[in-house]
Amino acid sequence: MSFATEPQGGAQPVSHPARGPGDRLTGLFWRNPRLLTALLIAPPLIWLGVVYLGSLAALLLQSFYSIDEFSGVVVREFTLRTYGELFRPANLDIIVRTTTMAASVTLASAVLAFPIAYFAARYARGRWKAAFYLGIMLPLWSSYLVKVYAWKLILAKEGIITWAADSIGATPLLNAALALPVVGGNSLSTSYIGTFLVFVYVWLPYMILPMQAALERVPVSMLEASADLGATPRQTLRRVILPMAMPGVIAGSIFTFSLTLGDYIIPQIVGSSRLFIGQAVYQLQGTAGNIPLAAAFAVVPIVVMLVYLSLAKRQGAFDAL
Amino acid sequence: MRSDRAPRSLTLAAIGGLLFLHLPIVLIFVYAFTTEERTYQFPPPGLTLKWFAVAWHRADIWPPLYLSLRVATVSTAMALVLGTLAAAAMSRARFFGRDQMSLLILLPIALPGIITGMSLRSAFSVMDIPFSTFTIVLGHATFCIVIVYNNAVARFRRLSGPIVEASLDLGANGFQTFWHVILPNLGSALLAGGMLAFALSFDEVIVTTFTAGQQSTLPIWMLNELVRPRQRPVTNVVAIVVFAATFVPILIAYYLTRTGHETAGGGK
Repeated sequence: MSFATEPQGGAQPVSHPARGPGDRLTGLFWRNPRLLTALLIAPPLIWLGVVYLGSLAALLLQSFYSIDEFSGVVVREFTLRTYGELFRPANLDIIVRTTTMAASVTLASAVLAFPIAYFAARYARGRWKAAFYLGIMLPLWSSYLVKVYAWKLILAKEGIITWAADSIGATPLLNAALALPVVGGNSLSTSYIGTFLVFVYVWLPYMILPMQAALERVPVSMLEASADLGATPRQTLRRVILPMAMPGVIAGSIFTFSLTLGDYIIPQIVGSSRLFIGQAVYQLQGTAGNIPLAAAFAVVPIVVMLVYLSLAKRQGAFDAL
Repeated sequence: MRSDRAPRSLTLAAIGGLLFLHLPIVLIFVYAFTTEERTYQFPPPGLTLKWFAVAWHRADIWPPLYLSLRVATVSTAMALVLGTLAAAAMSRARFFGRDQMSLLILLPIALPGIITGMSLRSAFSVMDIPFSTFTIVLGHATFCIVIVYNNAVARFRRLSGPIVEASLDLGANGFQTFWHVILPNLGSALLAGGMLAFALSFDEVIVTTFTAGQQSTLPIWMLNELVRPRQRPVTNVVAIVVFAATFVPILIAYYLTRTGHETAGGGK
């Protein structure tokens, strides 16, 4: 920047006469700072308020409508019947399946994320720090569909995992995993194991980043104190490091949990044909044309997340945030 | 110092974790050169460059590419204006409803995409709005605001103090101060935010499937190819293009902001 070379940068009296509308407005805003704040906030507030909150309201509204079973036309009258349909065994199955998947994905992400986050926070310095940061950031931001596609290639029956298992003689192990009830299947790309792997892969960076942020705040002196007081490294890990990582785990789990609850592409590309909440929403609003039930289904992740957040809050998860 | 050396098992686990995050992407590149077009056979039976030419001449790829570029450009531009305004207001003062406002900005990205998508779909249905490029942009701009906002708000907070007062003392009015002082300082943060917003919009598929109707953006084209594949390596070529279109802006955003405390991309 070049203040010195700006012609208007010279010393002028502060109370000069107004030179134009710009000056007069500046004076007006100076006397009424709230006016400027209000003018600044108005466009984004109106946009988010109308487009986003309006849409959420429309979602809620639709979920209280119902569909006429004979004509397939949406009946625009208030009813709880659509929500009642969620409790049919088939639909309840979908909700339980999705929530179970979200919980397992969250647990696995937390376990996998810990060494990466801890190493990055505690030991990585200089070049390595930057490398780790980019190494976590790039997969987080790079194309979601490309990542899912990569796993379709990996998990395909004729793909690299089958080939690798064959090369090292682990084919019986792979077949045993696929023969497992419920989670197994014809091939990895048509089983719950496959769906689970892809979910963990795609959401893992969302768990690493908040965990790393939490671990950055653990002072080294505290670890030394723990060691001085006679704790073994394992005890320090369990009693000091893990509790201090918890806020990060909770923050990360909010992402992994809610993203898994709402995803419909991964189970569609990799997985058995049994539906997840997201797929149910997508199919109901599309081919089935049952927007009310789709809307009611979309409310489920919101409710599950609210329950999850309040449980986390009761556990004191946000005190340290 | 002894305590500053990581245990070997931890180092291995951390590096293994990073490899787990990166190796799958490499396969996308490998499969773009395979001669096998009907299965995902590994190792590839042969290598060829022809799929790049085939992809170039496939007429069904270009319209989705143009649509994606158009949507990402317009959404980014709108998000830049709205996100900067929001950041300016939020960094100025504590006002009534400030916490609610920051929640509102965050919500479109905090809630799963399917809720944003289904909400917009419900709204279009309630108000009988037909699907168009505009309906796609409506969704994209909404979740891009927070990206720009996150990048701009930290910079604004740092700017709001003495430097602005100095400019006013030297006789510049509010608009001159904005143009000559605030904007140049904000520049790299906004560029980084814009890059990330562009990458996010160019790649978005979940919200888009609900707001696009019959239109096809490049990710939707890819999704269709994933469900009903034909000429599989061509999909890989497109995947490389999509990957590059998100990868390059992210790298630029990182290098633009790495010196500051608010490195871009911490929150997606």
